[in-house]
Amino acid sequence: MKKTRKQRKIILTVNGKPCDLEIGDGPGLVKPWDTLAHTLRETLGLTGTKVSCDHGACGACTVLLEGKPVLSCMTLSVECDKKAVTTVEGLSDPRTGTLDPLQQAFVDHTAFQCGFCTPGILMSAKALLQEIPSPSEEEVKEALSGNFCRCISHYQVVKAVMAASGKEG
Amino acid sequence: MSEKYRYIGKVTPRKDAADILTGRAKFLNDIKLADMLYGKVLRSPHPHALVKKVDKSKAKNLEGVRAVLSWEDVPNWKGGTPRRTRVLDRKVRFVGDAVALVAATSEEIAKEALRLIDVEYEVLPAVLDMEEALKPGAPQLYEEYPGNVVTPGVPFFGPKSLQEVVMGDVDKGFQEADVITEGTYSYENIPNPMPPEAPGAIALWEDPNKVTLWVSNQASYMDKVTLFHVFNREVEVRSIGGPCGGSYGSKFMSWQVQAHAVLLSRATKKPVKLCMTKEEHLAAFTLRPGSRMSAKVGMKKDGTVTAVSGRWLIDTGYYSMTTQSQVAVGCGEVQIMVRCANWNLKPTIVCTNRNASGIVRGFGGQELKCILIPLLSLAMEKLDIDPFEFLKKNYVKPGDGYFWRDGIWYTYRGVDYTEAMEKGAERFGWKEKWRGWLKPSLVNGTKRRGVGVGVHGNADIGEDASEAYVRLHPDGTAMITSCVTEHGTGQRSNFVKMVAEVLQVPLENVSLSPADSLITPYEFGPAGSRGTYAIGSAIISAAEDARRKLFELVAPKLEAAPEDLDTEDGVVFVKSDPQRKLPWKAMGIDRTCTGYGRFDPDYTLSNCMMSFVEVEVDMETGKVTLVRVVNATNAGQVIDPQGLEGQLNGCLGSAGIDSALFEETVIDPSTGHTLNANMIDYKWRTFSELPIIDNVVLETPFASHRFHAVGIGEVATSPGPSAILMAASNAVGAWLHEYPVTPERVLRVLGKVAPRAEKGGAA
Repeated sequence: MKKTRKQRKIILTVNGKPCDLEIGDGPGLVKPWDTLAHTLRETLGLTGTKVSCDHGACGACTVLLEGKPVLSCMTLSVECDKKAVTTVEGLSDPRTGTLDPLQQAFVDHTAFQCGFCTPGILMSAKALLQEIPSPSEEEVKEALSGNFCRCISHYQVVKAVMAASGKEG
Repeated sequence: MSEKYRYIGKVTPRKDAADILTGRAKFLNDIKLADMLYGKVLRSPHPHALVKKVDKSKAKNLEGVRAVLSWEDVPNWKGGTPRRTRVLDRKVRFVGDAVALVAATSEEIAKEALRLIDVEYEVLPAVLDMEEALKPGAPQLYEEYPGNVVTPGVPFFGPKSLQEVVMGDVDKGFQEADVITEGTYSYENIPNPMPPEAPGAIALWEDPNKVTLWVSNQASYMDKVTLFHVFNREVEVRSIGGPCGGSYGSKFMSWQVQAHAVLLSRATKKPVKLCMTKEEHLAAFTLRPGSRMSAKVGMKKDGTVTAVSGRWLIDTGYYSMTTQSQVAVGCGEVQIMVRCANWNLKPTIVCTNRNASGIVRGFGGQELKCILIPLLSLAMEKLDIDPFEFLKKNYVKPGDGYFWRDGIWYTYRGVDYTEAMEKGAERFGWKEKWRGWLKPSLVNGTKRRGVGVGVHGNADIGEDASEAYVRLHPDGTAMITSCVTEHGTGQRSNFVKMVAEVLQVPLENVSLSPADSLITPYEFGPAGSRGTYAIGSAIISAAEDARRKLFELVAPKLEAAPEDLDTEDGVVFVKSDPQRKLPWKAMGIDRTCTGYGRFDPDYTLSNCMMSFVEVEVDMETGKVTLVRVVNATNAGQVIDPQGLEGQLNGCLGSAGIDSALFEETVIDPSTGHTLNANMIDYKWRTFSELPIIDNVVLETPFASHRFHAVGIGEVATSPGPSAILMAASNAVGAWLHEYPVTPERVLRVLGKVAPRAEKGGAA
């Protein structure tokens, strides 16, 4: 029965690289119910994306799908076929390793503490700056209002995002 | 101040910044070992029950399942203080207690196997309230704790461990008082510090009795120590720490999660990863102890406290590992906050059928102050005393003393914090905003503002021991060997700064070993605020020892005495004639030069944090909004300005100020189930709800630290909650006695919703 059925696959473009992924149940395969967070972390080994609540509440798993921020713990991988995904690993220059100006601003302002929620915050901020290159502080706070941080890096994050947009907060 | 230093006090990038910001940092759940299995825990749906039978056969037959364990299958390993709580027991004592463990080739299979385990329970009556648990005839959690009272002794702090605050003559004290107030107050909404990364562990067992553990802990060396005892001192434990995705005290101990992973690895001989889900993290991991106190205070017109007498009940949940230490430290801290000659403060630690209590920043003192300051406030109101003046007057001053956690009296020899408090009050505008007790500072239609103030300090900045090595290499680089893990404060980076400063080498020339207990010496870890003073001093003295040894090696070649030498950028030179110089490789290219440093505890110093808060209350909806916070402290010498700012901003989260505003763990009193064990129902603060925070940091040098610095990281959360209660009461014009100040509670005080039985308040 299985032999007659054509094996399906999906193609995700992750950080600019196309990844052919077969659908199925086994090592290296993507199950129809696998979340994008699971596929990125467990199948592709891109562990920069963090899972905290696994419930769509905290924003730690935020990645960009076709340039828009999505919660990868609430997105099925099979829904991302032929789509472009950007994770925190894709922010710096792939050849030189030079940090994106947003990442550099986070370094300069120590805009993180434990750093677990930071990849999600970075991706939400990246999406904002792509849409509004020069946001107001209120717009930054609104864009990041779905990202959770317990250490309270918020104040330094806002400063860093403002600095990356060319406005010192 | 910082001009004389090359790095100390300067803004420098955190050493781990690029790893964090590119996603390269490997947190525990990012680690994958070959042949690794995944562990899951079957948890009790009952708050109290006997496990009559566990049928594991169906689960064992599921493809991919490698082990299913229940209490009959495991050694008699026990935790708790004293050690009474089996890692897997035939009795379950709270909703979420472990009943069985599964290891499988995937997390999904392990989860599926849990559903195939049939458990037969004999449900027992449960008790979820401290006072109920103390009544005759109450359900008993342990045979060893008659009446559910936990033994007060704390072996860690020695034979005289502090168990109460009893001194002077309280009867005489009350006679001297101008006013006496009584009441019952509680801080038992058990907010969850909730680090974003849930607790977990990876264990790899080696027969017959060795285990390697990858842990997520702020103090990974202590996992080795804790588990050694849990495992009946029969297993050799190696703990490897990495970046820790938040702890706030809580992950200092995850012995149960770790023990579960170890049992599964022992059964399968494979590495086993066991990470809690967020639901387990919120509903089954340790929480802040619950605190309730019925007490009486006497006060004179000038703000002198003449007597404090009361019974402090501490809800430790279904077991206690550290509650006795939290009580000991809390009893010490309360004396730092309030000078008083006559005390009779008696704590009782009580077991109930809820989550166990564990470590949360504030460690006993935050809990105690959150219930004592409201009672002191009643007395202040009667005497019309300004709370800022009261707290300033009563905070420990040089020459005062306190019984610390080990039961020994120490004379405080730190700085006087009065100036920091005054600078904070000035920045906040306290004098202009304070209108008297139960008076709003501003009324604008239906909105009213009120102000409050709190204070906290801990003599833990020099607590416990630390050891480190610093090794110098011929190429001018140095490496620190220490079991310090990074949990968000930037301490690993700060230690690199301290060593680079001692050795006068570029920051990039100093590295730090992984936190692996196999290779590092003893390290208690950055608990409390001990990082800068205690750990820092051990690492600094290791660097100084290495430097001295380097000079001894190079001195003959420079025809000088070692004490005449100095070093900068990998070159040793004669101080009086800097042209006479040799690079570090003069030590010999086939040599390294290692220094050792140790810090021994010193309880004569305390840090201090005073927080001023302004809230706005909507008198129609009852919503309390935090408008502004000013934190005031004296850090001696700032090591890392941005890191410090982050620590102080931390006053809101991780079971701090927000535990007085909206954070709480809601446990159903009839079933013992946690009702908000997810991050949608557990309320938290978002980016769009940030109050203004101003941090006032003075730098009065502490003579006994190489860079004159002390740590203040832990205490940022502690003064805030009682200040919020004070501010909201002042705004509303009536006393609010319960944490958190939800709209419902505000409206009840305003008579806008029907009254309900309250647990506390003035007698």
